[in-house]
Amino acid sequence: MPITTLPSPLPGTFYRRPAPDQPVYKEIGDSLAPGDTIGLIEVMKTFTAVTADVAGRVAAFHIDDEDAVMAGQPLLDIET
Amino acid sequence: MAIGTIMIANRGEIAVRIIRAARKLGCRTVQVYSAADRDMLAVRLADQAVEIGPAKPSKSYLNIEAVLRAAQQTGADAIHPGYGFLAENPAFAAAVEADGRIFIGPQAATIRMMGDKAAARAAAIRAGVPVVPGSDGVVNPAEALAVAARIGFPIMIKAAAGGGGRGIRIAQTPDELATLFPQAGAEARAAFGDDSLYLERFVGRARHIEVQVLGDGHAAVHLFERECSLQRRRQKVWEEAPASALPPPVRSALCASAVRLAEACQYRGAGTLEYLYDDESGGFFFIEMNTRIQVEHPVTEMITGIDLVEEMIRIAAGERLRLTQHDIVCRGHAIEVRINAEDAARQFAPSPGTVSGLVVPGGFGVRFDSFLYAGYTVPPFYDSLLGKLIVWDATREGALARMRGALDELKVEGIATTIPMHTILSKDPAVVAGQVHTRWLEAWLETAELQAAASKGEVA
Repeated sequence: MPITTLPSPLPGTFYRRPAPDQPVYKEIGDSLAPGDTIGLIEVMKTFTAVTADVAGRVAAFHIDDEDAVMAGQPLLDIET
Repeated sequence: MAIGTIMIANRGEIAVRIIRAARKLGCRTVQVYSAADRDMLAVRLADQAVEIGPAKPSKSYLNIEAVLRAAQQTGADAIHPGYGFLAENPAFAAAVEADGRIFIGPQAATIRMMGDKAAARAAAIRAGVPVVPGSDGVVNPAEALAVAARIGFPIMIKAAAGGGGRGIRIAQTPDELATLFPQAGAEARAAFGDDSLYLERFVGRARHIEVQVLGDGHAAVHLFERECSLQRRRQKVWEEAPASALPPPVRSALCASAVRLAEACQYRGAGTLEYLYDDESGGFFFIEMNTRIQVEHPVTEMITGIDLVEEMIRIAAGERLRLTQHDIVCRGHAIEVRINAEDAARQFAPSPGTVSGLVVPGGFGVRFDSFLYAGYTVPPFYDSLLGKLIVWDATREGALARMRGALDELKVEGIATTIPMHTILSKDPAVVAGQVHTRWLEAWLETAELQAAASKGEVA
């Protein structure tokens, strides 16, 4: 199965859930459709959704929930 | 000076501001920083710097244990919290004192009382300070309907533990009040862990005016007022001192009311009492007290000639107020604009990144409080304030003219900033005439003129 790596579109803090007390958007193994929300990036207190650009399955996250990420840094692998 | 070493538990421009005041007093400075802030200006300026954790604020600047450990390691006698982060956290103030160090700010009990908006309102009423008509403290749904019937609609439902606009609802009718009351309660419980609510009459069109006070725990003085009506999403973007719209008798009554409340709670340090002012009736109403140094404090310094951060440190060291009310004189007019890393032409999109070039304006009556230097990379993890451009002149008209010139000189290259927006604002007829209110800026930002002009500024 080919793997596509999705880079972070922005620098900031990566969140895998919409709020601290809510479940993650996607678990490893979950299927993805283009436009699905995978997480949020917080830049200077502004939140932007990270969405899938391809269909597939979440293979791995390179950045943990609530960790810092730079623009272009690999965010997750998608099995297409 | 009874304080040998001051540790700064903050970052950005305010950390630089505090280091400058500490240096003037001959204090040694210790700067804490997160892993994302190794290159920041305050780290370079301080006598010593200590890394306290990763970029995420909860693991660094908001981590009380990590901050206290840094103070113990470096032998800091006192900690200045700046604004935001731990500045208004009573548990932090208490922990610093329990550790045998000085918290440069009010007592923990004062911070706690003013952090409870319903308790602050009650304290204001006791001190004879006018408040927006509303409930006497926290109410249940049945009491809310009775209070609303007495003071009239529209009415605001507010969270006692509130802040940042959360837990606030505006009801137009009794039916809406019954529906929105539980919603506001649920939001307040989720945000603050406390669903206590109180009511205030909704004031639709008002100016935001605030009074600066200094207290030593015994006496208090005011340093006149600031007007901060130009706001976007409840964030101030442009501040002035004094508030030109106030008739002199109203100014005297307003400032005297602030001193009464500060003395009634034996206030220690620098604080700000926020009010709404209604041009038509000339009425002013206390809304809340901020128990910290504020972003916009320089405009007060410019009109009074008093270094507020120095006074905070002296008071924390145990000195009595050095100034009587009679010593404090308001001279001329000052304006501050906040330079944020935001692109006003693209819905204020955040714009962190590397500052490739920097030209700072200067000359008489111009001040730039910032943490930028050429080559510095602004990290994406914190708020977007890059600095404040402050001008002074004998008249408001002169200050506006000086601001236009200074904005023209100021160049921050490599990232988008709010400089183009301020350039346009500084020439706007309503701003020039001072005919603004707290909801004026958001309406103004809808205009196409800004979009076109701001994009042009971006290219330049």
